[in-house]
Amino acid sequence: MAVHGSRCAACKYLRRRCPQDCIFSPHFPSSNPQRFAYVHRIYGASNVGKMLERIALLKLDGFENDQRVPEFERSHVADSLHFEAKCRIEDPVYGCVGFISRLEHQIHSIESEIAMTRALMMMYESSLNRQKGGPSEH
Amino acid sequence: MGGNSPCASCKLLRRRCAKDCIFAPYFPSDDPHRFAIVHKVFGASNVSKMLQELPIHQRADAVNSLVYEANARVRDPVYGCVGAISYLQNQVAQLQMQLAVAQAEILCIQVQQEPMILPSQPPQPAATATGIMDEKSGFGGLLHNNVLPAQYLNFASSSNVTTTHVDSLKRESFLGHDMVS
Repeated sequence: MAVHGSRCAACKYLRRRCPQDCIFSPHFPSSNPQRFAYVHRIYGASNVGKMLERIALLKLDGFENDQRVPEFERSHVADSLHFEAKCRIEDPVYGCVGFISRLEHQIHSIESEIAMTRALMMMYESSLNRQKGGPSEH
Repeated sequence: MGGNSPCASCKLLRRRCAKDCIFAPYFPSDDPHRFAIVHKVFGASNVSKMLQELPIHQRADAVNSLVYEANARVRDPVYGCVGAISYLQNQVAQLQMQLAVAQAEILCIQVQQEPMILPSQPPQPAATATGIMDEKSGFGGLLHNNVLPAQYLNFASSSNVTTTHVDSLKRESFLGHDMVS
């Protein structure tokens, strides 16, 4: 039932009636209009609706094996879309991929440091063993 | 692309490929899947708008990252790239612990070697062990303390973690699946 004050953020943004079974309404409350504005800007309302509704929508050969997204997963879909949209707005070139790239660099950096630390440990242990054992007999 | 050879975008959209087609440099006709994926997730008009807002020298990187994100969303329709980010952050945390343990072991060895020298302060982890999550992510406050919002931590991805092709970083996929290029 469309009452002007009870539309979700998506339907307000799209200036349309908000039906009782609106797919956006649980995930884009009217209290946070920016959330929908972000995802709409990057993905468009139609794509967001499809991604909320269907898992297999991205099978390019059709929807024969289409599955509906379980209700409990839809909030994760909405949240991740919002996160990625926000990343893309903040960083229009790399979006959240920039973050992934930095994490991978960090992983590489820590792995190198672990390797150096372990090499240093081996040197210390070797030195310690030499001190304990004394010079070897010929 | 020349007038006789429409780019992948114009082929999919069934339109004439203009000489100044914004998609043509980045979606060659020999890789139709690349544009198809991006179109499915973002929509051609949204991609066009995004590219128009960028200087030309940044568009190739933007397209590559959009392709990456679209592929991630196909592989993991629920979490998309967020699944990969969550996985990588967990990996960073585990490696930080390993580094801290290794550094603590070195400290023990040093103390064994020089027992008369008492440490004047508690052992401090290396800068990288604590500094990673303090690095500014460049998202201007997007993330609290530069990590994902709490609801994403330890979330199992609904599908496989993706690989990255951005900036020539190549990694094997974590679960043995190659990212569609």
